Amino acid sequence: MTTDTTPYAIELRDISKRFGAVQANKDICLQVPAGTVHGIIGENGAGKSTLMSIIYGFYEADTGYIEVDGKRIDIHNSQDAINAGIGMVHQHFMLVENFSVLENVILGAEGGALLKEGVETARVELQRLAQEYSLDIDVDAIVEDLPVGLQQRVEILKALYRGARILILDEPTGVLTPQEADHLFRILDALKEQGVTVLLITHKLREILASTDNVSVMRQGQMVAHRETAKTSKEELAELMVGKKVRLTVDKDEATPSDVFLSAKNISQYDKQGVKRLKNINLELRAGEIVGIAGVSGNGQSELLNVLSGIEPMTEGELHVAGQVITAKAPKDAAQMRGLKMAHVPEDRHKMGLVTGFEAYEAAVLGYHNSSDYNGKVLMNRKVMIDECNQRMADWDVRPPNPHLKTANFSGGNQQKIVIAREVEQNPDILLIGQPTRGVDIGAIENIHEQIVKLRDSGKAILLVSVELDEIMALSDRIIVMFDGAVVGELDAKDADERTLGLMMANAFNKEEQENQKGESA
Amino acid sequence: MFETLILMLDATMRVSAPLILAALAGLYAERSGIVDIGLEGKILGSAFAAAAGAAVYGSAWIGLGFGVLASVFLAMIHGFACITHRGDHIVSGVAINTIVAGLTVTLSMNWFSMGGQTPTLSGDARFLSVTLPFADALADVPVIGLIYSELLSGHNILVYLAFLMVPATYWAIYKTRFGLRLRAVGENPHAVDTAGISVAFVRYRALIICGILCGIAGAYLSTAHNAGFLKDMSAGKGYMALAALIFGKWRPVPVLFACLLFGFLDALAIRMQGVEIAGIGEVPVQAIEVLPYVLTVLLLAGFIGKAVGPKAIGRPYVKERA
Repeated sequence: MTTDTTPYAIELRDISKRFGAVQANKDICLQVPAGTVHGIIGENGAGKSTLMSIIYGFYEADTGYIEVDGKRIDIHNSQDAINAGIGMVHQHFMLVENFSVLENVILGAEGGALLKEGVETARVELQRLAQEYSLDIDVDAIVEDLPVGLQQRVEILKALYRGARILILDEPTGVLTPQEADHLFRILDALKEQGVTVLLITHKLREILASTDNVSVMRQGQMVAHRETAKTSKEELAELMVGKKVRLTVDKDEATPSDVFLSAKNISQYDKQGVKRLKNINLELRAGEIVGIAGVSGNGQSELLNVLSGIEPMTEGELHVAGQVITAKAPKDAAQMRGLKMAHVPEDRHKMGLVTGFEAYEAAVLGYHNSSDYNGKVLMNRKVMIDECNQRMADWDVRPPNPHLKTANFSGGNQQKIVIAREVEQNPDILLIGQPTRGVDIGAIENIHEQIVKLRDSGKAILLVSVELDEIMALSDRIIVMFDGAVVGELDAKDADERTLGLMMANAFNKEEQENQKGESA
Repeated sequence: MFETLILMLDATMRVSAPLILAALAGLYAERSGIVDIGLEGKILGSAFAAAAGAAVYGSAWIGLGFGVLASVFLAMIHGFACITHRGDHIVSGVAINTIVAGLTVTLSMNWFSMGGQTPTLSGDARFLSVTLPFADALADVPVIGLIYSELLSGHNILVYLAFLMVPATYWAIYKTRFGLRLRAVGENPHAVDTAGISVAFVRYRALIICGILCGIAGAYLSTAHNAGFLKDMSAGKGYMALAALIFGKWRPVPVLFACLLFGFLDALAIRMQGVEIAGIGEVPVQAIEVLPYVLTVLLLAGFIGKAVGPKAIGRPYVKERA
């Protein structure tokens, strides 16, 4: 491709990797010059983490190979990668929590059968590294007592201690506060000055623009573009990440929204690490409308669905549904929310929507299994369940129409129909629906979309969360955009186009507000 | 009174020895993340192999070799099921216990035709008690003499070995590279894998050590403590060792004291048999024998401190799908 005389620090040639039916990486090529910070950006599920796991020897590529400093190397396991000078800071830290920092750093690089000597040399070496890269840390502290930012520092030290010249950071700021993130980027600058090559994986545009020299964009398992960071823009990257897809169209009439069925007031949620995942969400959902939530995946949409459906408690705020007020102090669980005529189609049907080992007729009553419709005095009424399942399979065109087939054996689209049918046929007032057509084939998509519109026309309120922009634009009457756990914009579907939404999703209109938020959490 | 106490402690040492060996065996396995409910089966299998070997070749040491081999073989089956094939640790362990309980009796009937026992061992075919130097000379010195010649001297070599294994294990676990990796793999195997170390290899080595120690414990039962193999002679020692391991919070020195406590209760139960206590009457043996388990349950329920096991215990290691 190039006749440059200095070899690249790392070069990937046509890497492909497949997991069963999923093509996680396809013909990936990448060239990273030594001593640069190279960003790899893409939505969740674009295949970034898989690619990095291949470089670090966690998975082996099906085809393709890797060159380090111009030499082809075979990486079968992490030890091979370490030997080639590659270090990795994983998204979920690979630390032994009840070990000291020192023990974690020397694990795998003990320098002898007895620990004593290795510990002493490591102590000296760590002090040197800490000074050189401003990575101060108490080496005798127990890792689980350290805040997340410092735990990450341990991971970086681990890689450097093993002599890493190429450092991969996988979504490093996901768990950090803005201050910790800023400190991390200062560390990356120091690393770069010392000639370390950094690969930064993220889905946050701001980080890419602020700290990288070059950037590559991944979408659906493929590298779709390489850019010099200085010569690109937020807008261009956002567009490349989301991509232009075949436009879906759904025939629907003008919405006629009426009563407010659900209203969220100032809802916030903190996760276990104390990071604010939802930031003061306000939204209203009216009968007879579809409200779409757009956003790059991982910006709080899942948390919002979980809070609204009662799966996770909120930390602050109020939720008004069917005349009831739900707060952090007076929460309702998922079953109680269902009792308020609110149905929920979860984003991940395998994890939350179905029990894949169940037969279809059993999966078709999950969540409503205590209903008197399905229960006799002691036993469940299997005949009613099976008859109803047969009827639904006919109405929704589920194939094959066999109530006794295990749900795992249906295709994605048919599994999704089973889940949606289950929720919709309970005749709810409110339907929360997450990624309704993820992994669903085109024919089924149309069918599912029609059903959603039909439900709206019968006066129900629908909240749609999807990472597919086309789907949001085709179905929604109103579009709300989420970024970093907050609602950053709202617009009428008629005024929405891909470019505007893409910019809103990247929060390009809200630079000032972003700065303010940073100040706030300080 | 003092003499009675010394005699009871002497008995405690003898009863505790196989418990210590088995509990330390379990410590290696469980610290590496492998639940080992199969300690019992390994002890029983080794007891039989050791007695059979000693009976045929007339040497306790050859018997010990057979016992260790049998036990390591069983440990490797457990490893193959749990590590290589990511099976359920409990199921594999219980299967080993069940198979061994039946197989030992069957083989012994076939080979020795003595109703499931092995021939009675004598002379070199048994580990006999070792008299420590000057034990006889010091026997008459008050207090110290009794402690030295009665309590410390006069045990067989495997008892001393069992007690020596405690500092040895402490050293191996906390001071060596192998120990660091062993502890890490039981806590977070992903961290070990990404550090470039094979999770399976560490766990297999832990199970080999586990097998060796259980093998010694089994050989002790049939060739030192007794003079031959009897049906089901391990009599729940493996389970009690597991209880001691939990009671000692998976750490070598506390595990030693847990074993001594359980051993002492066992010695007490034997001593109390048929003895009337003023005001209470005869205490049923079972009431004392059940104490180790009751204590362990209380510990697990959080009444006595807190028992936190290795975090990754019992979970097969599967590389995450990204």
